[in-house]
Amino acid sequence: MSQPIELRAAPHQHSGRSVPVIMRNVVYSMLPICAFSVWQYGLSALALLLTVTAACLLTERLLNRASAQPNTLNDWSAAITGILLALTLPPAFPLWMGVVSGFVAIAIGKALFGGLGYNVFNPALVGRAFVQAAFPVAITTWVPAFATQRFSELVPSTLTAPLMMPPDVTAWIKQQSVDAFTGATPLARWKFENVAVSANDLLSGAATASTGETSAILILLCGLYLAARKFMDWRIPVAVLASAAATAWLFQLYDPAHYPSPLFVLLSGGLVLGAVFMATDMATSPVTPLGVWIYGAVIGVVTMMIRYFGGLTEGVMYAILLGNALTPFIDQFTQPRVFGAQKDEKP
Amino acid sequence: MLFHFHGGIHPDEHKLESSERPSARAPLPSRLIVPLQQHIGAKTKAIVQAGDKVLKGQMLARADGMVSAAVHAPTSGTVLSVDLHAVPHPSGLPDLCVTIEPDGEERWIEHAPLDYRAMPRAELLAKLQGAGIVGLGGATFPTHVKLSINPAQTVETLVLNGAECEPWITTDDRLMRERAAEIVQGIEILRYLVNPAETLVGIEDNKPQAIAAMRQACTGTDIQIITVPTLYPTGGEKQLIKVLTGKEVPSGVRPLNVGVSCSNVATAYAIHRLVNHGEPMISRLITVTGSVRTPQNFEVLIGTPVEELVKFAGGALPGSNGFILGGPMMGLHVSNGQLPVVKATNCIIVESAQLFPPPPAAMPCIRCTRCVDVCPAELQPQELHWFAKSTNFGKAQEYNLFDCIECGACNYVCPSHIPLVQYFRFAKSEIWAREREKRAADAARERHEFRLLRIEREKQEKAEKLAQKEKAALAAKAAAAVAPATDSAPAAVQPAPAAAESAADGATQSRIQAAIDRAKEQAAASKEKDTDILTPQQLAEMAEIEARRADIREIAHADAKQQQEQQ
Amino acid sequence: MLTALLVMSGIAIVLGAVLGFSAVKFKVEGNPLVEKIDAILPQTQCGQCGYPGCRPYAEAIASREADINRCPPGGEEGIRKLADLLGMEFKPFGEDTAAPKAKAVAFIDENVCIGCTLCIQACPVDAIAGAAKQMHTIIAAECTGCELCVAPCPVNCISMVTLPETAQTWKWQYPVNDKVASEK
Repeated sequence: MSQPIELRAAPHQHSGRSVPVIMRNVVYSMLPICAFSVWQYGLSALALLLTVTAACLLTERLLNRASAQPNTLNDWSAAITGILLALTLPPAFPLWMGVVSGFVAIAIGKALFGGLGYNVFNPALVGRAFVQAAFPVAITTWVPAFATQRFSELVPSTLTAPLMMPPDVTAWIKQQSVDAFTGATPLARWKFENVAVSANDLLSGAATASTGETSAILILLCGLYLAARKFMDWRIPVAVLASAAATAWLFQLYDPAHYPSPLFVLLSGGLVLGAVFMATDMATSPVTPLGVWIYGAVIGVVTMMIRYFGGLTEGVMYAILLGNALTPFIDQFTQPRVFGAQKDEKP
Repeated sequence: MLFHFHGGIHPDEHKLESSERPSARAPLPSRLIVPLQQHIGAKTKAIVQAGDKVLKGQMLARADGMVSAAVHAPTSGTVLSVDLHAVPHPSGLPDLCVTIEPDGEERWIEHAPLDYRAMPRAELLAKLQGAGIVGLGGATFPTHVKLSINPAQTVETLVLNGAECEPWITTDDRLMRERAAEIVQGIEILRYLVNPAETLVGIEDNKPQAIAAMRQACTGTDIQIITVPTLYPTGGEKQLIKVLTGKEVPSGVRPLNVGVSCSNVATAYAIHRLVNHGEPMISRLITVTGSVRTPQNFEVLIGTPVEELVKFAGGALPGSNGFILGGPMMGLHVSNGQLPVVKATNCIIVESAQLFPPPPAAMPCIRCTRCVDVCPAELQPQELHWFAKSTNFGKAQEYNLFDCIECGACNYVCPSHIPLVQYFRFAKSEIWAREREKRAADAARERHEFRLLRIEREKQEKAEKLAQKEKAALAAKAAAAVAPATDSAPAAVQPAPAAAESAADGATQSRIQAAIDRAKEQAAASKEKDTDILTPQQLAEMAEIEARRADIREIAHADAKQQQEQQ
Repeated sequence: MLTALLVMSGIAIVLGAVLGFSAVKFKVEGNPLVEKIDAILPQTQCGQCGYPGCRPYAEAIASREADINRCPPGGEEGIRKLADLLGMEFKPFGEDTAAPKAKAVAFIDENVCIGCTLCIQACPVDAIAGAAKQMHTIIAAECTGCELCVAPCPVNCISMVTLPETAQTWKWQYPVNDKVASEK
């Protein structure tokens, strides 16, 4: 008698939403931010975005080949890492350093752990953390937005020869007719000069910042799209931003002269970008309902602690990496009640 | 007021294909293959043989044990065989089936309605078991067990499940539209059996005609028809109870423990057929849909081959490649059309690559938590999947694997196309197998230890006996020395003649000796008290007889061997 | 100086008392390791390990006399569990150990059986019913498949029968559709 039944288990239907669909939509949602940053920073930003993304894709492909695994480019996750990484780098970051960070992000941040879904840390942030340590000067060299010749020429540092340190860009900046460029981010100005940049500047994207960090409103809109289509867990950015704002508010209550307003805290630096696009990385964030809130809150508070008391001006990156590291523990200790379980049964 | 359970999904309903045609009676098939086990629980005992003539409704196999239900002949005819045949079971293993060739006369066995109100509850429940009534919602749990209420329990709510949440299936919908009055009569019998304070019928809001028909049939009774939102898996027993009453049935206990009894509307109808018409469960309503010419509901005799049933629905469309027995979420995919429909079969979906494309290769889990969002049991499917995958079953149980109802919602939404349900089933059956092995090992250990203990005890007893004998011998010697006797001693020591004969063959001798010893031990083991009373003389006699018998055996065996060799 | 000494000896006395108390209070009867090992062993009592039963083998493992790879009925999974329990490396079956077989039960051909009781003697779990001069029958549910009864039978009427898979013992397989699984 022939085997009458194939081992094809139920269910026989599927919603049709697959990993590539999710990832592709995240990439789409980042495109407006990329466009805005190219408009702000011109060719250098465009070159950086393309180079870093290409570096990530290439690394992924090479590692696929090397480990004789099927092509994983079509799941779009390497593209997300590339774009996200580029958005967190300064616009005039030397391209060769961008390539290094892209390689590190994919090779160490992702492939080393076993690829998509197995990574403990957000790969883009691993790449970012690496170049932060390796190239401390280049990563804090900023150029002004809306430079006059941004669409006709690259910032000199962009094309630094591989393995060389970037040239000084002050001369190039002077050629541009921009008013009052200080070369420091709003957070650095607050920290070292005690100057609070106006919310207007922060919102318009005129403030000095990394490639994709400048327009909080645009990022939030893109995040809204993702959340509305359920490609993203809305609770994480809400938890991160709320806890950061609450921390800022408490400190401002304590010493209004020294600590800035919650609005400044939310709009400056990479907090919104990190909260919306990086803390929400599915593979590295908790899965339990309570865990998600704890995770977001930890990131928000740690960010503020680093900003206020750490040596760095920005703390989002390390806060998220710390949150990633805590994820398994948070999950373990926040297992929800199952259907039918009595409350007192749960330890 | 309605409650809601966590999660759930909205797959495409595909109900209209079959729900708008009235149900029809399927013609007699060329033969009927009736599996002898169509319920969850203990096997049945066949009471017919090949060649027997059976009447419609005649019992083919009787229930064996409490959780068991009888099986009946769906029509009159001749029993062709009682043997193994492919049945709808995921293992693909054949099971005992009675194959009947219908004579086309549909002659009923004598049957009469039951006056249930004059009947003690236990007797009515026994009638249900004898009529093979099982839950028709899909699990086929014997109904009489479900309705057995111990005196300590009271049923506050009787829930009738008319949710029918799986896509494609429309049997309950049609049944409620066409036979609402009969269902209500069945519900009244259920109410008599469980005596509930309130009776709620839950129907999903995508079946307005069924709701209207049931409302009308229930006017004048205190049965309440409740419209529940369409959401898969509202038809899950625990989920529907939660939606209607707000009560959650804890893990591993029956709804009765929270004062709820839940039955399917189709089961209520079957009870009505039994009680008010005397008919056992020999047919049911089945949706035939999918890639067929005229999707429709049929009143089908249990045991009808799937292929023939599909032919009644106009035949499969070109490009069909198999069947799903049940719904697309929990049903069983089969490619063999020779399988019979059983009591559990509520739907046959003819598959095609267009309707049900094969799933793509699975990708790694990205922890997107869509599965957590939709899980009606509030589990963590992605964690369970990790544990099942790494065969870390202890951890899987810790994360409440056994609360999984295998509804398939997680699988449906998983963007990585991971066969989650299959992982869970694998883990569950693996755990069950291990528990079985563990139980067997424990039993073996116990038996072995008991055996060792017994051998030890026997040794002791033997030693004691030996010591007594020696004492007696010494005493005899002493007596002999005092007064030398003439002929008493030889009789005691004289060996049995049979033993003496075979002394030539040393091997045989020793074997016989061993056999004698063992026989004694055996006797000692089974009736130690008797052996205690036995005198040495009796023992010697026994040994003699034993030895003689052994010899005869040996001779007979040698003869047989010789004959064999000659042949 | 004196205070320091007093404090130290005070601590020593208290800790000693606590240790002594817990030694008495939480005393474990017998050798728990043997119990744990015995729980892993399949209780076939077949003696293929060279010891006269599962428990003696467990005792031998506990005292590090015997290797953990001597139990064919336990299979490789059994070795793995023992290795986990004892914090040892997994060891494949040695060449002198028999290969694991599918679980089988003994079957007595009752037409041939002469009722000699030798198999009853040999059965470590009393799974054979019968008395002298009576046909013997294996109680299949209790049989561990140790094969110890096969050799003693003077008429070779005992054979080992592999149990067929039934719908009750059938298991869902590890998913095959999973790409990641197939790579493993």
